[in-house]
Amino acid sequence: MNRYLLPLFIFIALVILLAVGLSLDPRKVPSPFIGKPAPAFNLPQLHDDSKIIKPADFKGHVWLLNVWASWCVSCRQEHPLLMELANSKQVPVYGLNYKDDQADAILWLKQWGNPYQASAFDSAGGTGIDWGVYGVPETFVIDKDGIIRHKHIGALKRSDLDETIMPLVKKLQSAAQG
Amino acid sequence: MQLTKKTIYLLFLFFSTSVYAGVEVHSFANQQQEQQYIKLTEELRCLVCQNQNLAGSDAELAQDLRKQIIEMIDAGKSEEEIIEYMVARYGDFVLYRPPLDQRTFILWVGPFLILLTGLIVLVVFVRRQQHKEKPTLSAEQQVKAKKLLNEEGDE
Repeated sequence: MNRYLLPLFIFIALVILLAVGLSLDPRKVPSPFIGKPAPAFNLPQLHDDSKIIKPADFKGHVWLLNVWASWCVSCRQEHPLLMELANSKQVPVYGLNYKDDQADAILWLKQWGNPYQASAFDSAGGTGIDWGVYGVPETFVIDKDGIIRHKHIGALKRSDLDETIMPLVKKLQSAAQG
Repeated sequence: MQLTKKTIYLLFLFFSTSVYAGVEVHSFANQQQEQQYIKLTEELRCLVCQNQNLAGSDAELAQDLRKQIIEMIDAGKSEEEIIEYMVARYGDFVLYRPPLDQRTFILWVGPFLILLTGLIVLVVFVRRQQHKEKPTLSAEQQVKAKKLLNEEGDE
């Protein structure tokens, strides 16, 4: 009896190990930015080249940075949620328009609605690299001190907003500035 | 007729689209820099198509990161500095050879542990077989066995 029990036990352990492995999402790479200051950038606004956006402008506020592009299919998917969030005025959302054509991007916002207070225009993608962007859309939560607190990769779902991002935003908003 | 058909098919191979995969042309100042570039793009992972390295990936991000590496090499940055730059942005995940620390301990030592376990099991198994007592035959059985063996030999 014992002779069959050991292989069975090893088999069950292996099945559990593989099942856990299969249920992990390989695209969820832990970001090295959590808890670190948001990388600086100095980019023109999408709608007005003469105006500059930089993260330092938002010191003292909790804000979201949403990386998007008109060529990005999943951005369409999360777009209604962002519109809803913007209309609720709970937290300011800024956009980082990543590797896009300026005219296309402006048209995209005109067509579907603009949830952003403003969008930074990163046509070369250099800022994207500085922020470790690799799967547009991405959403960062930045606290009052300019520290990145959370990063979401891929299209936002309602559950992501309700269960993770908004509770975190609320918590950060009630925290005193350090 | 057969031959020409074959030749035509073979010619198609030479013009297959995969031959024209995008390759950026860049000449480095010296051989050493070129080697450094080749080594880095081989060892850094593309975040978009995760099982390809930067050298092998045609994703836009991989192209941008290759460009970034070229710029940094041209600026005289060392290999460590470039790796540090990438790890600061994308984490240890970009490295195909992650550093040895607490989290990666199993990753590095695991295969050797499995090999060692296998060897121990093998040695124990072989030893046990050797120590097994040889079957003893009574005098009567011995005679019978010998007879059987001899019979077979005669055939």
